[in-house]
Amino acid sequence: MPPRIELRGISKRFGEVVANADVDLTVEPGEIHALLGENGAGKSTLVKMMVGLLRPDAGTIAWDGRVVAIDGPHAARALGIGMVHQHFSLFERLTVLENVALGLDGAHASAALATRIRDVSAAYRLPLDPDRPVYSLSVGERQLIEIVRCLLQSPRLLIMDEPTSVLTPQEAELLFAVVRRVAAAGCAVLYISHKLQEIRALCSRATVLRAGRVVGARDPAHETPASLAQMMIGAAPEVPRRSAGRAGGVRLETAGLELPAASLHGTALRAVSLKVRAGEIVGIAGVAGNGQSELFAALSGERLAVWPGAVRIDGRAVGALGPAARRAMGLCTVPEERNGHAAAPGFSLMENTLLTGRTRLGLARFGVLRLDAAGAFARRVIAAFGVRSAGEDAPAGSLSGGNLQKFVVGREVLQRPDVLVVAQPTWGVDAGAAAVIHAALFDLAAAGAAVLVISQDLDELRLISDRLLVIAGGVLTEAGPTDAVSTETIGLMMAGIREMALATAD
Amino acid sequence: MRLRIEARAVVPGWLLWLTPVVSLVCTLIAAALLFIALGKPPGATLQAIFLTPLLSMQGLSELALKASPLLLIATGLAAGFRAGVWNIGAEGQLIMGAIAGGGVALATYGSESAWVLPAMVLAGLAGGMAWAAVPALLRTRFGVNEILVSLMLTYVAGLFLSWLVLGPWKDPEGMNFPQSRMFEDSALLPTLVEGTRLNIGILIALAVAGVASFVLRRTVTGLQIRTVGEAPAAARYAGFSESGTVWATLLASGGLAGLAGVFEVAGPIGQLIPKLTPGYGFTAIVVAFLGRLQPVGIVLAAAVVALSYIGGDNAQVELGLPSAAVGLVQALLLFFLLASDVVLRFRVRVLA
Repeated sequence: MPPRIELRGISKRFGEVVANADVDLTVEPGEIHALLGENGAGKSTLVKMMVGLLRPDAGTIAWDGRVVAIDGPHAARALGIGMVHQHFSLFERLTVLENVALGLDGAHASAALATRIRDVSAAYRLPLDPDRPVYSLSVGERQLIEIVRCLLQSPRLLIMDEPTSVLTPQEAELLFAVVRRVAAAGCAVLYISHKLQEIRALCSRATVLRAGRVVGARDPAHETPASLAQMMIGAAPEVPRRSAGRAGGVRLETAGLELPAASLHGTALRAVSLKVRAGEIVGIAGVAGNGQSELFAALSGERLAVWPGAVRIDGRAVGALGPAARRAMGLCTVPEERNGHAAAPGFSLMENTLLTGRTRLGLARFGVLRLDAAGAFARRVIAAFGVRSAGEDAPAGSLSGGNLQKFVVGREVLQRPDVLVVAQPTWGVDAGAAAVIHAALFDLAAAGAAVLVISQDLDELRLISDRLLVIAGGVLTEAGPTDAVSTETIGLMMAGIREMALATAD
Repeated sequence: MRLRIEARAVVPGWLLWLTPVVSLVCTLIAAALLFIALGKPPGATLQAIFLTPLLSMQGLSELALKASPLLLIATGLAAGFRAGVWNIGAEGQLIMGAIAGGGVALATYGSESAWVLPAMVLAGLAGGMAWAAVPALLRTRFGVNEILVSLMLTYVAGLFLSWLVLGPWKDPEGMNFPQSRMFEDSALLPTLVEGTRLNIGILIALAVAGVASFVLRRTVTGLQIRTVGEAPAAARYAGFSESGTVWATLLASGGLAGLAGVFEVAGPIGQLIPKLTPGYGFTAIVVAFLGRLQPVGIVLAAAVVALSYIGGDNAQVELGLPSAAVGLVQALLLFFLLASDVVLRFRVRVLA
């Protein structure tokens, strides 16, 4: 049987930048094939050519042994190429059925479509009810909607872009089972992920891209995460080591923090109490949308607490103070969303340092901005965190997601805060940059800062935190020291099943 | 062949400044066609509008006189527009400024004091600010859209002025004309060039544009205004208050519009009349965008638009061009500017 899709000598350049050079990639029917690479290695460009959003400058794409030209998304869909995106866009107020119908060409929410959804769900054993409104679904179930939408079109190649980035470990396991069933039914699967562990568990072959070229195709089962990472970045990744320091006095504290939900489908915080000591890195695990954004806003000062004492920095009540005043007291924060929240996309990197650096670094004097000093600080961040950009005058929006993330984290870390609250510190950055960011967090903690990390990436939290907390439904629960708590327990707590979690822990 | 329009990642700087020039050229061409359709000689009409005023001291001084209120108002509006605060009611704020300043002039009628004029200026600023404070309060307190409130208050201000000059403030010796007394010399701005109507208002307007340029580019306040407009969530994160920005930009633009109002009544008009302004407050919106919301650009844009006013009057007198045609020329200018913005933000790709 010919390969389902066979890319031969694919090249694509954007001006001076070579995105893909002479790439070969073959995916067989029934195979789960991993596509690995750092940020900017050319994965997205390659996938865009397969789904008809870009056209290759050179090379051929063969489909079932026949050379084809995929000159648009319609052509890709006609061949049977389906894609599950990393960020799925769903209408909260609509039902599963209506959302699926909106994503299909020429379909509308009919009883027939509902039947087809039920049939597909049954065939692949997906627990999905077409009549439920989306806002009542968990993130994992929302991911299934995207998959069902693809499966309804009987895909022959399914491309999945980091599908587990927002799932709990249990939800990820469920997803893997579905992916395996899809492959067993004869569909080819191209699986893109940063998580080397899950690629080893799921995929039978992996193609590794570096700087737009294929550097190898391997059986991931015969590789270690370290050897795969080495192929991706071309050198052995440096795993920062952490010398266990002694936790000092409490630097960040909340007591009975309550906050109403930010939006209709947000989650209210309920009596959140936490303490982070000097020298400590504390991780908060949780599935997206369980109150993390509310907690972040309450800590950063973007939303004020009901009473001042609900949030304390070094014992001082700051609950009634805004972000700038809290910064002056030693708190730096890194929000999850980089574009538009952590940084203004239309501003240069230099101007973006002024957003948070003007108080702590004295980048403004008597209300007048010190642009030279801001430019120098921006250059320091760029150098220290290896931010790939056209310099401090480049607009933040022109950076790739991972590079902007490095810049934003660097901007806060280099302000030497006493307390750092960071959401998703390495979201979308490659292994090398993640190591730099982790090392910077370790240094901060070693210097006596209190570091609070809010993340959906449990592997990362396990790697860097001393202590884990879990947030579910706006309630924060202590899980215990990282070494002493199992991933299963955390996963159950993340799903909000506290009693079961406690039972398992016993 | 297929065409595709795609967003530009980075807008080149030269294009930012080229598009106003291109839109100006397109306006000239479209205006020429319009004049032909009206049966007017296009060359002579364009010359009367765009060239004749520049060739005499009289024309130049009138141009500067017309440009000053546009410059003052547009500078204030641009700051608000940068922050996403849409003050559409500068016309009303201008009228309230003129009423407040004119009220001082009438109340001190007969006084020779040197303090009359400064008091009028302060009253004008306060009048404009007070009128802009209404939409600011309603937006920050109740989330009411400032576009509607500021716009509707314009008509309230206009009717209030009419009532004043028809009633309590009517000139007792004015043969029942709806207008106030002529102001005393102590209530009039000093003229700049002997024999013309040009007063020191233009100098103040230029100074305001200079200060605004510095504030927007080099101060924390300017950064705040730009951040709130560019990325509201980033502004909250940076610790910039949104309602503070709404208040600051509305008060600044209202105050400057009020100042323009005082300068009109203490300058070329010299009294309160029902029709104080040929729509400066609305035209200033065009000026602000034509000048790319940058004070330096606004100085140039105010000059161009003032030219179209003076030249339009010229063409009406000399060639009998209807006044609506002049308004049409100004509208064409904005139309082409907005159209060229598409070229600015997107590029057209030819697909084989």
